[in-house]
Amino acid sequence: MATAAAAPARLHSEGPSETGLWSWLTTVDHKRIGSLYLYTAFLWFLVGGLEALLLRAQLQGPNGRLVSAEMYNMLFTMHGTTMVFLVIMPLSAAFFNLLIPLQIGARDVAFPRLNAFSYWVYLFGSIFMNVSWLIGQAPDGGWFGYTPLTTFQYSQNLNIDFWMLGLQILGVSSLAAAFNFITTIINMRAPGMHFMRMPIFTWMSFVVQFLLILAFPVITIALVFLQFDRFFGTTFYLTSAGGDPLLWQHLFWIFGHPEVYILILPAFGLVSEVLPAFSRKPLFGYPVMVYSGILIAFLGFGVWAHHMFAVGMGPIADTLFALTTMLIGIPTGVKIFNWIFTMWGGDIRFTVAMKFAIALVALFTIGGISGVMHASPPADLQQTDTYFIVAHFHYVLFGGSMMGLWAGTYFYFPKFTGRLLSEKIGNWHFWLAFIGMNLTFMPMHWSGLMGMPRRTWVYDAGQGLDLYNMMSSIGAYVQALAVLVFVYNVVRSWKKGEIAGNDPWGAPTIEWSIPSPPPDYNFARIPVITSRYPMWDAKSPELMTDVPHTREGERGIDVDVGGKHVGHVDHAIGNPPGGKVMSDHAALPTAKQLGIPMPNPSIKPLFVALFMTLMFASMLPMHLGQPKLAVIGVITFAILMTLTLYSWLLTPLEDHH
Amino acid sequence: MATTAVPSQGHPPSSTGLDNRKIAIWAFIGSECMLFTSLISTYLVYKGKSVVGPFPHEACNPPQCAQALPPILDIPVTSASTFVLLMSSLTMVLALAAVENKGKPGWGPGGWWGLGSSKLWLLSTTLLGAIFLGFQAYEFTAFVREGLTIKTNLFGSSFFTLTGFHGAHVSVGVLWLLTLLAIDMRRGLGPKDALIVDLSALYWHFVDVVWIVIFTLVYLIQ
Repeated sequence: MATAAAAPARLHSEGPSETGLWSWLTTVDHKRIGSLYLYTAFLWFLVGGLEALLLRAQLQGPNGRLVSAEMYNMLFTMHGTTMVFLVIMPLSAAFFNLLIPLQIGARDVAFPRLNAFSYWVYLFGSIFMNVSWLIGQAPDGGWFGYTPLTTFQYSQNLNIDFWMLGLQILGVSSLAAAFNFITTIINMRAPGMHFMRMPIFTWMSFVVQFLLILAFPVITIALVFLQFDRFFGTTFYLTSAGGDPLLWQHLFWIFGHPEVYILILPAFGLVSEVLPAFSRKPLFGYPVMVYSGILIAFLGFGVWAHHMFAVGMGPIADTLFALTTMLIGIPTGVKIFNWIFTMWGGDIRFTVAMKFAIALVALFTIGGISGVMHASPPADLQQTDTYFIVAHFHYVLFGGSMMGLWAGTYFYFPKFTGRLLSEKIGNWHFWLAFIGMNLTFMPMHWSGLMGMPRRTWVYDAGQGLDLYNMMSSIGAYVQALAVLVFVYNVVRSWKKGEIAGNDPWGAPTIEWSIPSPPPDYNFARIPVITSRYPMWDAKSPELMTDVPHTREGERGIDVDVGGKHVGHVDHAIGNPPGGKVMSDHAALPTAKQLGIPMPNPSIKPLFVALFMTLMFASMLPMHLGQPKLAVIGVITFAILMTLTLYSWLLTPLEDHH
Repeated sequence: MATTAVPSQGHPPSSTGLDNRKIAIWAFIGSECMLFTSLISTYLVYKGKSVVGPFPHEACNPPQCAQALPPILDIPVTSASTFVLLMSSLTMVLALAAVENKGKPGWGPGGWWGLGSSKLWLLSTTLLGAIFLGFQAYEFTAFVREGLTIKTNLFGSSFFTLTGFHGAHVSVGVLWLLTLLAIDMRRGLGPKDALIVDLSALYWHFVDVVWIVIFTLVYLIQ
């Protein structure tokens, strides 16, 4: 904070090509796409939060009559689906976009237009799914969509069609983004940025991309079966034809459990950036943090059936999955302890970002421990389908993911806007969110253990549940207030916030070496990395005693990249001769002046995404007695999509030079 | 000693020395493995669970079926189509070699009909892929005629979905190869285009390998 430089907020002049609606629709800049993800996901966060408020208002007292049972089903289904697929995943994607290229020293992602495509697919898919509200047929089968409840036999309206087609669309977005980021991280690291020097957020993101590409195809197939059952009369989930409803559960949770780590690991990564910066200590046990992240992802594929103890898989399967589930607590526990040891003895500054980060450590631990409780099948049989489970996963998803994402937001807001969020208002936001969160979800442990079932729209008076539910509802209102305070903070700080400068926090990684907001080419010169924390090498070398480096004598070594000699190094980023931080100039040159090739903007990714969404949406008339219309629609939009795709692929990314 | 490690102009070289697209296609193929694993597992889980016939390897006799139904899979015909698809991998390898070596001393003449012609081998691969799809269309219509549709039983649902997904992948491959052939005819593919042919070859071989697994598990093992 004290190092906030007195640089102007916007260091580069923005030409006419950089502003206006058209530039946003055609952008291929990872920072702009990241911002679009952020804004869109936050809007859906408000919608999902509103759904949660309605749920809590209904359950505030016994026998609530605010909404009908049908409406309640739609609300909890859309609350879960929205928060998982339209909020936490895209908020993580926003940070992947904003941070990965900056953290590895790249100018953009590997495939800038594919990146834009991922965002537009997400936007259109999320709109498609929520259009269902307008015709009063929002999805109502739970975010897990268990068959046979979701088969045509039991759900003959469009509710489930919107859900399954929407998820198929969103899956395309996640997969395309994952291929992009895997390639970016493997192939676009700056010279000297070895894997074991990568910032830990990039590491956790890297792990998440592998989870995405391996988990999403499984739900794609599960949804294809459901789609075929509903549209074409196949028998995958039809018990009368010998179909096994457990097939869905297995496929869904083989996706669904890795999905849990897809939701939490990016937040872990963000917190692992925030804690060292505000403790003024390198991350404790960096290699072990990396390995435990990989181990969590690996084990994450072997624990899915702990969601299914109640279906009676038999003692051997139950034991096996209980053991793997408890095992996964070990690498997770390692992370918790490493965060605590990072803070231990540190020079801690309690900024809002730091408070959110510490809140993640504390709240995720609570959720983690209740998770280990129902890893045990006998305990799980008591707890399953009760509010105890609701309490558990809100502690890990709200207490974990959301707290981490907020920590990341307060930490990185200055990097991308040039201005700091207000700490004073932020403190109000933090304490309201923290208290509201605990007031909402802590009592659910008790109401759950007393037997209050999940997904039920009313409960009777006189069962000892009234007080706990009232507490949960009041907590939800407090959280809503916290979100309003956050919105006010963002709106106010955007215009009036303190000027940030390159590195307002004294943070250690290279994204803080460039101006805030970064120029479109990110790095005027690609940095050369000689340690994990290049910025501290330059500014606070006394913190770097235990961190491995390129040794002093090797400073002038030749740099080889991919077997190609690219030159010599005699200084690293943030450590140039004269000690002045690179690019810290008042006026920034443009990419053209520097001779940096930039990708051309393109509207084609948007249209491919649009036609693809319309292609999926055209399947809806199948259930309106209009199969011909559906076929015509699907074929038309498939052709349009393919033609636009060809036009995209045959247009070079950059002008020839 | 130079003070600038990496020139500020142009693109920095990639970390691995490989092209981005090469890494992306491997990630994509990894993802596709999970897609086909899910489909094949479902087929295997549902094997022998169909309540009514026709069945893949066993006859269905009354009273289980209204009339006697013979086993439906035609292994000789599918063996022929499998051979065709395997040969297409060979021609794909030859097409890539032709593109990589075009214009090198000692490499055969270009044009259409020389053994070193990329057009010849791209066309052959496309045709073999199309013939495989023809076999599949014949198989599907024959099955429907014999009373097996996607709705009939669990075998029908899982068989048509699995092989249909594979067929769709082959179709995308054929379209991709046709595009390369069109480019080759317009401006000629040479060593600098080896990468884009290599990408399609990786995809094509993957789709081929998946078929070997499907052919073994669905057709050969009873």
